[in-house]
Amino acid sequence: MPQVLNIFKKEIRDYFISPIGYIVICIFLLVTGWFFFATFFIFSEANLRSFFNLLPLTFALVVPAVTMRLFAEELHTGSYEMLLTLPVRLTDVIVGKFLAGAAFVTIMLVPTLAYALSVTFIGELDWGPVIGGYLGAVLLGAAFSAVGVFASSLTRNQIVACIVGMVICFTLTLFDRMVFFFPGRIVEAFTYLAASYHFENISKGIIDSRDLLYFASVIFVSLYGANLVMQTKR
Amino acid sequence: MIHVEKLTKFYGDFCAVDKIDLEVSKGEITGLLGPNGAGKTTTLRMLTGYLEPTSGVIRIKGYSIDDNLLDIKKLIGYLPESAPLYHGMLVYDYLDYIGEIRGLETKKKMERIHQLADLCGLVGIMHKPIGELSKGLKQRVGLAHAMMEDPEILILDEPTSGLDPNQIVEIRDIIRSFGKEKTIILSTHILSEAEATCDRIVIIDRGRIVADGSTESLRKTHGQEKIINISLLKADFDTALRKLGAVEGVTRIENIDPPEPDKLRLKIVSDSADDMQEKIFACIKETDWVLVEFTQEVKSLENIFRELTKEA
Repeated sequence: MPQVLNIFKKEIRDYFISPIGYIVICIFLLVTGWFFFATFFIFSEANLRSFFNLLPLTFALVVPAVTMRLFAEELHTGSYEMLLTLPVRLTDVIVGKFLAGAAFVTIMLVPTLAYALSVTFIGELDWGPVIGGYLGAVLLGAAFSAVGVFASSLTRNQIVACIVGMVICFTLTLFDRMVFFFPGRIVEAFTYLAASYHFENISKGIIDSRDLLYFASVIFVSLYGANLVMQTKR
Repeated sequence: MIHVEKLTKFYGDFCAVDKIDLEVSKGEITGLLGPNGAGKTTTLRMLTGYLEPTSGVIRIKGYSIDDNLLDIKKLIGYLPESAPLYHGMLVYDYLDYIGEIRGLETKKKMERIHQLADLCGLVGIMHKPIGELSKGLKQRVGLAHAMMEDPEILILDEPTSGLDPNQIVEIRDIIRSFGKEKTIILSTHILSEAEATCDRIVIIDRGRIVADGSTESLRKTHGQEKIINISLLKADFDTALRKLGAVEGVTRIENIDPPEPDKLRLKIVSDSADDMQEKIFACIKETDWVLVEFTQEVKSLENIFRELTKEA
C-alpha cells in the first residue's frame, strides 16, 4: 500500500479519536449556522449566499485550528523521529498529512448541507450556485489546509502554528480589500492573489481553470515550503 | 555491515561528532559509551538517516545513505531515546500501523504482532493507550516497534535509561535473545550495562572515538595495573613493606584506609603481566603472619572510562 495512504488513514483516525475534531466541527457549525440564519429571514431570498460569503473568513479561523497539530505535535513529542526513521519519504508524510487535513475540512462541510435542504422547504433553491459553492469550499478548505500544514511545520508549539496559519489565511482572504487605496493596476494584481476572489468566482457557479490553478498553486507552494522547512531540520 | 568514514556533524559552530570512523560487522552487539553530550545520539541519528551528516560517508550493507535512504530505512529498526510513541494510540493499533507502514501482508503482520507481544511481554496491555503506560512498558512497546519487520540492524538509543533494575534485566534479555543473529548498536552511559550486553564497546568523548574493542581488550590495553588486597594479623607495616616490596614485579604498597586495630590491610600494586598471586602468597607463607583476606581487584571498566573521558 502506498505510504501516503497509510499516513492519511492514521491522521484522519486521530482526528476522530481525540475530542478536538468534534469541538472544531461544533464551533464551525455554530458560527456558520448562526450567521446564516440570523440574516436569512430578513432578506427572504432562497439562496445560500450569506453562508458562502462568510465562509472564507470562517475557514481562515477554523482550518488552521484543524491542521495545527499535524507537524507541531509530532515535533513536540519527538514521535517525528520515529516516523521519519520508518521507510517513508518526507514527501509521503507531508502529502498524507495534508490530505487528512483537507479531508477533515470536507467532512466538516457535510452537515451544512442541512442549510441547503432546509431552504428547499421554504422556497425554490437554485442548485447551480450551491454546487459551485461547495466545490469552491472544498478547494478553499484544501488550500487553507496546505497553508496550515506549512504553519505547523514551522514550530513545535501548536498554538503558534495555529496563529501563524490564521494570519496567512486571513491575509489571503482579505488581500483585495486591504489594498483598495493603491492604484487600479496594483489592486488588480493583488486581487488575483486573494483566495476570496477566486472562491467567489467558483461559488457563482462559474468554473474557470484560472481559479482552479490558483488553488492548486497555493497548495503546491505551501506544501513545498513545508518540505523545505522539514529538510532544514535534518 | 555498517561502514562509517570521517563522519562529522556540526550544529552551527558546535561540533557534535568529529570525524568518526567505525566498522561494525554482522552479528555484533556494539555498545556506544560516553558521557552525556558526547555525541552518541547524534551518531545514531545519522546512522538511521534522521539527521544529515555535515560531511562523511555512511554505507550500510553497501547502500549509501545519500542515494538509497529508503532501502537503508527498511534494514534498520530504530528505538529513539525515551521511546517517543503516539500517546493517543492503543498499543495494538500502534503496532498495526507500524506493520502497515513496514509493508507487511495482513496475515504476516498479525503473526508478527502476536510474536512480538510474547517476546516483549505486551500481551496484557495490547488494548491500553500508550500514554497511560509506565516508562518500562513504553520502552518495551518501542522495542516491538523497532523489531517489527525483523530488521537486520537494530539501533537502540539508551534502551534502559530510567528503568528499574528488574525492567533493565528484562530489556537486556530481550536484546540478548534478539542479538544472536542480528547486528545491534546501542548507546548507554551505564557501564555495567555495556559490559553485560555488548560484545564490543566503543567509547566516545566530545565527538571522538577514544577507545574501541571488546571489554577484555579494553582492560588489557588500558588496565595494566593489577591490584591485590590482603589483610594480615600479627604483622607490622615496616616489615611487610620490606618483605613484600622485594617481590619481583611489585611497584607500590599502600595502607588501606581506615586502619583496623591488630589488623594490617595492604594494597599491593604491580605492573607485571604475570599473575602475582602465587609470588605474594609464597612470600607470606615464609613468615608467621596470619593471612585473613586475599583478593585480586579487577580494574573495572568504570576506571577505564573515567580515565578516557575525564576533562582535559
